[in-house]
Amino acid sequence: MAAADVTSSSSSRPFANARLPFGIFAFLGLALFVLGIDQFVNALTLGAIYALVALGYTMVYGIIELINFAHGDVFMVGSFVAMFISSSLLGNEGAITNIPLLAGSVLVLFALTIGVMAIVGALIERLAYRPLRRAPRLAPLITAIGVSFILQNVIQFFFGPTIVTVPQLVPIEWSIEVSGSRVPLLNIFVIAASVALMFALQLFISRTRTGRAMRTTSMDRDASSLMGVDINRTIMITFLIGSGLAGAAGVVHGLYYGNTSFNLGFQSGLKAFTAAVLGGIGNTAGAALGGFLIAFIEVGASAFGYGRWGGAVVFSLLVIFLVFRPTGLLGSHSGDRA
Amino acid sequence: MSAAKGGPMLRARGVTRKFGGLVAVNNVDFEIPRGSISAIIGPNGAGKTTFFNVIAGIYAPTEGTIELDGKPLISPPTGAGREPILLVLPTIPFIALAIYFLMAVGGDTGLVEGVASVAVALLGFVGALLLNIVRPDWYNRLIKRIGVTRPARPNDMVVAGLARTFQNIRLYKSLTTLENILVGMHVHLHAGLLGALFKTRQVREEEAAAEQRARELLAFVDLAGMENELAANLPYGKQRLLEIARAIASRPKLLLLDEPAAGMNPKETEEMTALIRRIRDELGITVLLIEHDMRVVMGISDYITVLDHGEKIAEGLPKAIRTNPKVIEAYLGRGAAAGH
Repeated sequence: MAAADVTSSSSSRPFANARLPFGIFAFLGLALFVLGIDQFVNALTLGAIYALVALGYTMVYGIIELINFAHGDVFMVGSFVAMFISSSLLGNEGAITNIPLLAGSVLVLFALTIGVMAIVGALIERLAYRPLRRAPRLAPLITAIGVSFILQNVIQFFFGPTIVTVPQLVPIEWSIEVSGSRVPLLNIFVIAASVALMFALQLFISRTRTGRAMRTTSMDRDASSLMGVDINRTIMITFLIGSGLAGAAGVVHGLYYGNTSFNLGFQSGLKAFTAAVLGGIGNTAGAALGGFLIAFIEVGASAFGYGRWGGAVVFSLLVIFLVFRPTGLLGSHSGDRA
Repeated sequence: MSAAKGGPMLRARGVTRKFGGLVAVNNVDFEIPRGSISAIIGPNGAGKTTFFNVIAGIYAPTEGTIELDGKPLISPPTGAGREPILLVLPTIPFIALAIYFLMAVGGDTGLVEGVASVAVALLGFVGALLLNIVRPDWYNRLIKRIGVTRPARPNDMVVAGLARTFQNIRLYKSLTTLENILVGMHVHLHAGLLGALFKTRQVREEEAAAEQRARELLAFVDLAGMENELAANLPYGKQRLLEIARAIASRPKLLLLDEPAAGMNPKETEEMTALIRRIRDELGITVLLIEHDMRVVMGISDYITVLDHGEKIAEGLPKAIRTNPKVIEAYLGRGAAAGH
C-alpha cells in the first residue's frame, strides 16, 4: 500500500513534489498578508468551488483526452438539482438554526445531489461520448458543446431564464472571530467539505483497485484492456465521479451564494477549465491547485478595486501558460505517452 | 496432452482474417497441446502477428472459431447492436408518458410531473447502467440470461484465461513494479466501488493478499527487492521480465508471448528461455510465443507452427521443422532450399 502513493501525483520532475508544499505555504502566507483575512477566506471558498469543478475536467481529460465542455453545465445542473431537492423535496426556505436538523439536511442534500449528478454524468458519457470513442478527436468535442447547449436549454425550459434563489441552509450570522475579523462558519464549512472531497478522491485514485484501473487506462488504454481492465466501465466511473464532484460544487455554490441561473456553467466552467490547464490537465492535484490559484487572482483583483479585470487576468494567465508551459504547474500525468 | 483433462488448451479451426481485400490469415487450423510451449514462426509478413492478435482477442476472426480449454472464446459480435436496444426498449412507454405529461400540463405548472416522468423513463436505462458499474458480473449474467450477446472486448479474454506480453514493451512506466503486477491481477480482485470507498475488512484482506502474491511473482521473475522501483527506471531486460510477471499475475491458462527475446543480449536471452520453461514447469501455464530468434524457438519449443503468406505450411517438432524443405524455402526463397 505504501507503494501506491508514490505516483498519486506523478511528475516528470523529481524535485517538484518536494518544492510544492513549501511553495503553497509561501503563497498562502503572502496572500493572507496582502489580502487580509476576509478576502483570504473568500478566495479559499471560491477556490474550493473552482477546484471541485476543475477536477471533473481534468479527470475526463486524463482518461479520454476529451475537453468536456459540458462539464461546466453539469455543475450548473448540479446547482439546480440541489436547489430543487433543498426547496421542493426537503421543503427548506432559509436558514436552519437547529444544528442536528441542519446537519441532516445538508448531508441529505449532498448525498442526493451527488448521486443524481453522478448518474447524469454517466448518462451523458453513455449516450453522447461512448458512441464516438473511436471517432476523430474533434467529434466528441463538438458533441460536448452540443451537450452543453442541451443542458442549458433543458434547465432554462424548466426553471426559466432568470436568477433563481436557493435556500441558504447555514445561517450567515454564524461566525467565529479570527484576529479581529468575523469569519462566517459557512465559508469554513464550504472549504472543509470541498477539501475533504478532494482528499477522498485522491485516496480513491491512489489506493483502490478502480483508481488504479483509472490511472492505467489513462496511461495506455489498449494495454489496460488486455490486462483485463474493463475500459468502458472505468471511463464511466470517471464520469460518475467527476460529475458527482460537480454536483457537490453545485450544492456548495447554492449554499454560499444563495442563487443560481441557467448560464452559471459557462463562466465558471471556463474558469474551472483554466484551473485544470494551469495545474496541468490530467493531474488531479494540479486541478485543485489551479482552482485555488485562480480564485486568489480574482479575489485579489477585486480587493484592489480591479474586480472587472479579474477575468482578464485569469484568461491572460491561461494564454501565457498555454504558450510557455503547456503541461501546467504540476505537469500532465499522461505525459509519459508523449 | 494429458488425456484426463482432455483436448488441447487452444484449438483454432479454419481461422481466416481479412483486412478489406487482403487475406492476412487464411483458413488456419491450429492446436496448442495442454502444458506445452508452442511457437509460431514465419518470414516477415507471413501473418503471424495477425494470427497472434486474433488469438489474443484484438481482432475478431473473419471466419472460424477459437476454443480455449474447450470453451469458445467469446464469439465475434454477431448481436452487437442489441445490447443498447435492450436497455432502451423498456423505457419507451415511459418516454411516451413523459411527453404526454409535458404536453398536457405545460412546462410551468407540470414541472414536478414532467421531471418525475422523465426520471421514470430513464429508470430502466439508469438501472442497467448502474448495475453495470457497481456489479459488472451480475450485469453480465443478466444479459446472458436474457440471451443478449454483447461484443467481445479484449478484457473478456483475460477473464477467459489468456494473458499476453507485447513486442514493444507496454508497461505502465510511471507506476512501480508492484503496482504494475497489481494491475495484472485486476480481474481477480473483487473490491467493488462501495467496498473500496469504505475499506471493508474483506477489501483490506484482499489487497494484502494481492500484494503478497505480487511480491512472490516479482521474486519468481528475479525482480525481488525492486517493488518500489518505477517501471521506467528498470533496464530493458528487466522490463521484459516485469511484463511477463504482470501477464502471469492474471493466472492465465495460456500465456501469449510476443517476441519475448527481442532486443536481448545472449545472456538475457538465456535467462528468458529458462524463465519461460519455469513458467510452464512450475506454474503449469501453457505458453505460445512468436519469436524471430531461431535459437530461442528451437531451444524451448515443443511444437512449432510455420505460417507463410497467411497459410500454415508446416507444423511439428523442432527437429522436423528445421529440415522441412517447405520451411526452408519460405525463409530463404526458392532454389536456396539446400542451404542452412
